[in-house]
Amino acid sequence: MKFLDKSKQSKSIGEFLLNYSLYIVLGLMILAFIITDINFISVNNITNILSQASTRGILALGAAGLIVLQGTDLSSGRILGLTAIISASLLQSATYASRMYPNLPVLPLIVPFIIAVCVGAIFGAINGFGVSKLKIHAFIVTLGTQLIAYGISCIYIDRPPLGAQPIANFDSRYVEFVNGSINLGFIRLPYLIIYLAVIAVIMWFIWNKTVLGKNMFAIGGNPEAAAVSGVNLVKNIMIIFIISGVLYGIAGFLEAGRVGSATSNTGINYDLDAISACVVGGVSFAGGIGTIPGVLLGTIILQFINYGLNFVGVSPYWQYIIKGLIIILAVSIDVRKYLVKK
Amino acid sequence: MYLLEMKDINKSFPGVKALDNACLYVKPHTVHALMGENGAGKSTLMKCLFGVYQKNSGIIKINDKEVNFKNPKQALENGVAMVHQELNQVLQRSVADNIWLGRYIKNLGITDDKKMYDETKKALERVDLDISPDTKMSRLSVSQRQMVEIAKAVSYNAKILVLDEPTSSLTSEEVEHLFRIINKLKEEGCGIIYISHKMEEILRISDEVTIMRDGKWIDTESASGLTTDKIISLMVGRTLSKRFPPKNNVPRGVLMSVKNLTAQYQPSVINASFELRKGEILGVAGLVGSKRTELLELIFGIRTKKEGEIYLNGKKVNNNGAKSAIKNGFALLTEERRKTGIFGGMNLNFNSVIANLKNYSSFGVLNGRKMQSDTKWVMESMRVKAPNEKFFIRNLSGGNQQKVIIGRWLLTKPDVLLLDEPTRGIDVGAKYEIYQLILNLAKEEKGIIMVSSEMPELIGICDKILVMSGGRVAGILENDQYLTQEKIMELAAKYV
Repeated sequence: MKFLDKSKQSKSIGEFLLNYSLYIVLGLMILAFIITDINFISVNNITNILSQASTRGILALGAAGLIVLQGTDLSSGRILGLTAIISASLLQSATYASRMYPNLPVLPLIVPFIIAVCVGAIFGAINGFGVSKLKIHAFIVTLGTQLIAYGISCIYIDRPPLGAQPIANFDSRYVEFVNGSINLGFIRLPYLIIYLAVIAVIMWFIWNKTVLGKNMFAIGGNPEAAAVSGVNLVKNIMIIFIISGVLYGIAGFLEAGRVGSATSNTGINYDLDAISACVVGGVSFAGGIGTIPGVLLGTIILQFINYGLNFVGVSPYWQYIIKGLIIILAVSIDVRKYLVKK
Repeated sequence: MYLLEMKDINKSFPGVKALDNACLYVKPHTVHALMGENGAGKSTLMKCLFGVYQKNSGIIKINDKEVNFKNPKQALENGVAMVHQELNQVLQRSVADNIWLGRYIKNLGITDDKKMYDETKKALERVDLDISPDTKMSRLSVSQRQMVEIAKAVSYNAKILVLDEPTSSLTSEEVEHLFRIINKLKEEGCGIIYISHKMEEILRISDEVTIMRDGKWIDTESASGLTTDKIISLMVGRTLSKRFPPKNNVPRGVLMSVKNLTAQYQPSVINASFELRKGEILGVAGLVGSKRTELLELIFGIRTKKEGEIYLNGKKVNNNGAKSAIKNGFALLTEERRKTGIFGGMNLNFNSVIANLKNYSSFGVLNGRKMQSDTKWVMESMRVKAPNEKFFIRNLSGGNQQKVIIGRWLLTKPDVLLLDEPTRGIDVGAKYEIYQLILNLAKEEKGIIMVSSEMPELIGICDKILVMSGGRVAGILENDQYLTQEKIMELAAKYV
């Protein structure tokens, strides 16, 4: 019996190392950045990284719900792109000569914001309808809407005979709203971080304290069980998808202001970043498992790695390879947890 | 006065009349067994009651009031609950979350977790289950999960409770617990509809029995006036003089011996040793979780061995995967036919030859004619009832599917056949044919190891019965006139 106990113990240390290998690797990478250059952990750098993580974080919070539902979302980046372009086009500085809409009056910020959110919500609803009513796999529906959103962006931004132009020179109110900050003594806290925090709290509340959230976990964990218990699958799935669309719209609105311009390429590959953040943060592709703090952590860790690789001067080509390896490692650990050894 | 009346229920699916004026009358304070072969319409009838299917015609009354549920939710809210055979639960979530799924208690839009916790505790107490409402479902045993499902039904104040094959994966002790709870609910006035294939159990727990055949009502009688033989003849519609064919195999000479077999990943098989003779049918009995399936899979080499040896005809064999096991003369009929047995979307030809492809291949090209003639052999010698070899296997009955798979393994010319629950989910009539096939194989000097949860079946056709308990061989019993089910159960509990 004693022998058994011992083997169990050594196994559990091995298990621990394996289960947390992702975080160990990522921790070591961040440590390596710090050793290479101690400035990496300056307050300035950290607020920078966090505000960069903000829009991607909001995107990831939206996509996470869909992954919990056993789905995925390939369209989030392009929806963010489209809503960014729309917001940008409506918020160009009135004094800028080559505005997209030369005769547009100065709009209150809330108007383009609501338009961006509505466009996002419509795309979310289309994705949700495809998944819940038409019973298409989320991968396929969102692959379709990704292309549709990109096509609409291109048409929207195209101004013959000049062709597509980046939309820039924003209204100062918009720039302030997105890129402003509060001074807290020594620390300058960007609004973007606050926006992310507020949205994260709201999403945490929805996930954990509402019927919708509990239904989401139930549907993701076992759709059959949810159905025979009288949960309305179509309605709940639709709402979760619409919420994701709303978050993409908000992220799009913020993204144009954050970057300072919007083009048809805005948001490219953000969908994959959002999915990676969820996976690194422990949202399982098997469905029914995930937490908001996990998603935030995943986003922030990946942003740290991203920033750090640039910071220490790793070539962008190598960055792709490293990010690819991180995703594979994250998923293989996730799968391992549910694997039974024979 | 009936609690539930289902009268002249008709339900058709494209091409099939699933229910043909089916009837069911359940009184309060009774356990009402619903019996019939697979495909007799029991589950369809229950699904019509539960609102999963909409009946084409007929009347359903509860307490003399006509009802017509559009979905399971309405049924639940009106006191009809069903514990499904494949437990429909969200394993990633807590017990409380599962019990309140579909009707979470809320307070000003926020879920009231405290109240749900307390109410869950009460519901669990009513079914004598001592676990915390916060426990994750995945941490519970199958019987505990089943009790949670019953607790859920109780918390709906269900008046009519449908239990579909509730004991198929329970130990005898757990069955006692279940029966105690059933009796308690019965006393409180519930009507319990009990679906099971286990005759002994039905005769013990139920007050009344309704028998269905081909979607029709056949008979409703009080259980005290029924016998196993009578139920079977009502179910199959003819008198089956015997449940088992005559035994005429003669075991002789050692074929295989297994020495100190232990699996790498515990809990699993520990230190198993036994011998199998030529022409012998060795039954393997044991409770769920006694690692019977693991024993077969370990012999077949698809589980990792820690130590131990297997000798076939005196020579040591080393099965380190299905491929080498097949080469060494072993065959494994798996427990879950649909999941690991048949290739549902493929035809009979594919399903017959798939384990034996290397014998039809020359330089990587398959010989179609040879495969066709072997498929023909499988269909004829196993008496598969199917129009032709291009027929999809999923469209056959369970019994015919099983015959094809046994045929598939015979094509590989095995010496040892490992059969895991070979008659599970098969009609009474077809079971007889499977028994006959197994006995014929024994007569041809093959060695057969057969795992089964149905003790009458083991006693009916086996020469010896090996009883597993907690991963160990608790004993090997000679199947003679002194063998009783009690002796088997005693051994099965040895290392629990």
